[in-house]
Amino acid sequence: MNLSPAQLDRIAYRRRQTVISVLIAAASTLVVGVLLAVGLTGAPGWDRVRASFFDLDVARDALPDVAAGLWLNVRLLVFCALGALALGLLIALLRTLRGPVFFPVRALATGYTYTFRGLPLIIVLYVLTLGVPGLRLQGMPSVLVLGGIALVITYAGYLAEVFRAGIESVHPSQLAAARSLGLTYRQTMRHVVLPQAIRRVAPPLLNDTVALQKDVGLVSLAGPIDAVRAAQISTAETFNYTPYIVAGVLFVLLAMPLIAVTDWVTLRAARRQS
Amino acid sequence: MILSVQGVRKVFGSQVVLSSLDLDVDEHQVVALIGASGSGKSTLLRCVNLLEEIDDGMIWLDGSHITDPRVNPDKVRQRIGIVFQSYNLFPHMTVLENVILAPVRVHGRSSKEATDAAREWLTRVGLGDKADAYPDRLSGGQQQRVAIVRALINSPRLLLLDEVTSALDPELVGEVLSMIRDLKGEGMTMVLATHEMGFARQVADRVCFLDGGKVLEQGPPEQVFGDPREPRTRQFLSRIIEAGRL
Ligand SMILES: Nc1ncnc2c1ncn2[C@@H]1O[C@H](COP(=O)(O)OP(=O)(O)O)[C@@H](O)[C@H]1O
Ligand SMILES: [Mg+2]
Repeated sequence: MNLSPAQLDRIAYRRRQTVISVLIAAASTLVVGVLLAVGLTGAPGWDRVRASFFDLDVARDALPDVAAGLWLNVRLLVFCALGALALGLLIALLRTLRGPVFFPVRALATGYTYTFRGLPLIIVLYVLTLGVPGLRLQGMPSVLVLGGIALVITYAGYLAEVFRAGIESVHPSQLAAARSLGLTYRQTMRHVVLPQAIRRVAPPLLNDTVALQKDVGLVSLAGPIDAVRAAQISTAETFNYTPYIVAGVLFVLLAMPLIAVTDWVTLRAARRQS
Repeated sequence: MILSVQGVRKVFGSQVVLSSLDLDVDEHQVVALIGASGSGKSTLLRCVNLLEEIDDGMIWLDGSHITDPRVNPDKVRQRIGIVFQSYNLFPHMTVLENVILAPVRVHGRSSKEATDAAREWLTRVGLGDKADAYPDRLSGGQQQRVAIVRALINSPRLLLLDEVTSALDPELVGEVLSMIRDLKGEGMTMVLATHEMGFARQVADRVCFLDGGKVLEQGPPEQVFGDPREPRTRQFLSRIIEAGRL
C-alpha cells in the first residue's frame, strides 16, 4: 500500500506527539511523587506517624485476624448482593404491573422503595439484629443472617429503582412488537424487556454493589467480627493503628476487581450507545 | 371472509380517530389503506391486532369474534402478523434469534426445527448470510425484511403492514416492495397502510381511503386512483400528485 506524503506526514506528526505526551506524563508523575515523599517523610511528626500506622511487625500479627474478618465481609457481600439483586428485580417488576387488579401489589412495592430508601441502614440493622431476636421466636436465625437480611432489604430498595429505570427505558414499540408475535406479558418481560433493561443499568447496579461491599461491615455493630472490627480489636490490644491500614489495603484489593469490571461494563455500555 | 371490521370506534381522550368503521377482507385479498397522515390507518391496524382496545363495534377473524373480552388476545395475535414502520427488531438478539423467538416460545416448535425454517426463509429473501448478525449491522431495508420474515414464519392467516417502507431510503424501498409482491403471488392475505400510491395501485386488489374515521371510498385501484367518486378523495390524491408520489 502506498500512502501519500500527506498521510505519512500525519502519521509521523502523531507519533512525535505521542512520544512527547508520554515524556511529559512521566516527568510530572516523578515530580509529584518526589514532592509527596519529601513532604511526608520530612514532616515533623513523620516518625511518630510511621510507628503507629505503618509498623510492619504489628501488621504481620494483625493480618490473620483481619483476614478472617474479611472472609466474613466476602461471604456477606456475595449473599447480600445476590439477595438484593433478586429482591430488587422482583419489586421493580411488581411496580410495572398495570391494571386495577394489581393496585395493592403496586402500592406495596412503591411503599417499599420509598421506605427503605429513606430509612438509614443503621436503623434497619439495629431493628433486625437487636429488636427481632427479642421476640424469642423458634428457629430464629443468627444475628449474622439477620444483619444480612437488613442489608438485603435496604439495598433492594435502591436496586429496585435502578431496575425500574432500566425497564422504563425500553421503548414501548419493543413491547408492541413482542406482544404482536403472541408472546405473553411474562414472556415479553423475560425475553425482550429485561435483557435490554439489565444491559443498560449494569453500570449503576455494579456501582451499588461496590457500595454494598463497604456497608456489609456494619453488621459488626451487632456483634459479628468483620475486617474493620478485627482491626479495631487489634488496635485496642497494641495501641497501634497499623491494623486499620492492613484492613484498608485488603478492602481496596478486594474492591479492585469489582471496580474494574464496573468500569469495563460502563465503557462497553457507552460504546454501544454511540 | 378472513377479517371483518364492523362499526369500530376508537377514541384517544376526546379525539375520535375511528368512528363506526367497516372493512371486510377476503382470503388471498390485498387491501391497501390510504389516507392523510393522522387519518387512523395505524390505529386501525393496531386495533385489528388487539394492541389497542376498541371503544365500540366488533372485529371478526376467521369467523370468530376476537374483540369479545373473554377471548385471550395472545391467542388471537398468534394468528395475525404485523410489521411496523420502524421495524422494531429486538436489538439484543441476532437476526436468527429474532425470527425464532415466537416459533419456539409461542408456537412450541423445537429450536432445531425453527432454526431450519428461519434459515430457509432468510435465504429466500436474500439474507441467508445475515442470520447471525445483530440488527444494528443491517441496512433499513434488510431490517424490514427480517421483520417481515419474523411475522411470516408463524404462518399467520393475515398480515398487517404499517407503512413498512416509510422509514427507508428511496433506493431500499424496492427490495421490500418486491418481497410483498412475492407474498401476494403466494396468496397471503394482507392489509397494508401505505404512502406508496404507485405500489398500492400495482399490488392491491382494493384500495380504501380513510377519512373522518371511516372508509370514505373503496374500490379497485383503477377506480379509486383513476376516477375517485368523493371530492375528499380527489383532493387527497391531487395533493399526493403535487408532492410527486403518484
Ligand atoms: N396512543 C395514542 N394516544 C393518543 N393519540 C393517539 C395515539 N395513537 C394515535 N393517536 C392519534 O390518533 C390519530 C390517528 O393516528 P394514526 O392511526 O397513527 O394515523 P395514521 O397512521 O393514519 O397516520 C392521530 O391524530 C394521532 O395523534
Ligand atoms: Mg401511521
